[in-house]
Amino acid sequence: MENKIESYGSSLVSHMRRLLFRVLSVGPIPNHIAFILDGNRRYAKKRNLGEGMGHRVGFLTLTSLMKYCYELGVKYVTVYAFSIDNFKRRPEEVQDLMDLMLEKIEGLLKEESIVNQFGVRVYFIGNLRLLNAPVREAAEKVMKATANNNKSILLICVAYTSTDEITHAAQEAIEEKRGEIPESSEASMAQNGEISQEKHEGHRTIKLADIERHIYMGVAPDPDILVRTSGETRLSNFLLWQSSTCLLYSPKALWPEIGLRHLVWAVLNFQRVHPYLEKRRKQV
Amino acid sequence: MGLGDKMQKAFCSMCPNGSCGARLCWHIMHLILSMWFYILGLVFMFESFLISNGLLKRYRTLNISKVQYLAIVIDSEEALQTLKVLNLLRWLAAIGLKSVCLYDKEGVLKRSKQAITERLKSEKRFKEISTSDPLHDEKGMILEFISSSDGKEAVARAANFLLEKRYSSEIKEKPNFTESDMADALRAIGYQSSDPDLMLVYGPSRCHLGFPAWRIRYTEIMHMGSLKYMKFGFLVKAIYNFTMVHQNYGT
Repeated sequence: MENKIESYGSSLVSHMRRLLFRVLSVGPIPNHIAFILDGNRRYAKKRNLGEGMGHRVGFLTLTSLMKYCYELGVKYVTVYAFSIDNFKRRPEEVQDLMDLMLEKIEGLLKEESIVNQFGVRVYFIGNLRLLNAPVREAAEKVMKATANNNKSILLICVAYTSTDEITHAAQEAIEEKRGEIPESSEASMAQNGEISQEKHEGHRTIKLADIERHIYMGVAPDPDILVRTSGETRLSNFLLWQSSTCLLYSPKALWPEIGLRHLVWAVLNFQRVHPYLEKRRKQV
Repeated sequence: MGLGDKMQKAFCSMCPNGSCGARLCWHIMHLILSMWFYILGLVFMFESFLISNGLLKRYRTLNISKVQYLAIVIDSEEALQTLKVLNLLRWLAAIGLKSVCLYDKEGVLKRSKQAITERLKSEKRFKEISTSDPLHDEKGMILEFISSSDGKEAVARAANFLLEKRYSSEIKEKPNFTESDMADALRAIGYQSSDPDLMLVYGPSRCHLGFPAWRIRYTEIMHMGSLKYMKFGFLVKAIYNFTMVHQNYGT
């Protein structure tokens, strides 16, 4: 009997949520929402949970938010799972996070996971060489397994910072241009020890488009909304290149406390400023 | 067909896809949201009045030394209000800020630089930043004017600088450029390296509008509303809130 009531209640809540999304869909729906998952450790401390439990609860929140986003019609969801700066934490904490990440990445491949439920293609974005081998291999496996999914996209930023992303893109652009220079020209330049103006002009220079071609996040359009929880107002080296005309939203709730109401509030605020942001986006 | 059915049919004919109810609800939601922001605006105005008149104790003294470098981002259309920009700079000087970076996407502030700096130099409280290492005048505020061309395009120029460095090197192997190399390259081609601690955004939306990405890794970003309705008390509150922030830089 209790199960029936619970099932009925759950169905009603789901139905109400769909109605709410139908109303929201009258206005523009963001194509891409990014999340900074801040506040897991503070949540664990607040609720007197064991170490690492905040992140586990945070993962459940992530799957709920993903579900809401995909139901609403948001095609791209990006999450800042692990920053390069986070490697500076205590080694035991980093190892716990890597173990949790491995467990959850492997979970994505299961039949009942949200990835299969919503036909999600998964990308792992960042300097993956910094990850330990098991996590890196699991990430590559998931990317390969979901490569044919095209309904929704999930971008998980791990071992990521914007400045590392920009440096990497510049490096790739440099090597690409470097490869276009004939060896004879290069040899004479090395001998002279300087680049003459005439020889430099004869070679192609790096343009902005060359950098952007090598940006890790180039697989997705720029985000429309960037949510950082816990009320913090900084971006902590996340999507700095991509967030020029992106609404920044900082709810006070800790990440595990984030829910549907915060998403709805973010989308309503986005709809209010959408004409302005679209105008700015079109100005090159 | 009954009257009710005819009315429903007529109603539905106005909305061929049957979404009238949803559309009405959407407008009601946005009306409530607009009313909420209107009420919030009135509360902020009152609070700003109290702060400006020193009636709220905690805002009377600011630990201004925590704000080493302040960025002001203004929507380009609003940046045309040069008198408002001048007033804002005067307020910042009165609060005690030493270094301010003014940014707008289209370069309106850069074009107004001469008018702004000439007006303020006469007040002997300002010094414009130059591409060379500026002399720090203990008494004056240092001003920097930038636009979107100092952002992504600057990174492309820095990459070209590193490309030239790569050409002139006899090393055949692929060099591993680091973030430090990138930062040095930006500095070498004349781009200011100081990261703002705090960014105040004047415009319709909380959005950094393309401020140079390299410089805002850990910058606190606060939305101040439209420049047209800027208030001194609100400025003080934003700076006070910043001084209360603790960062752990990812650790």
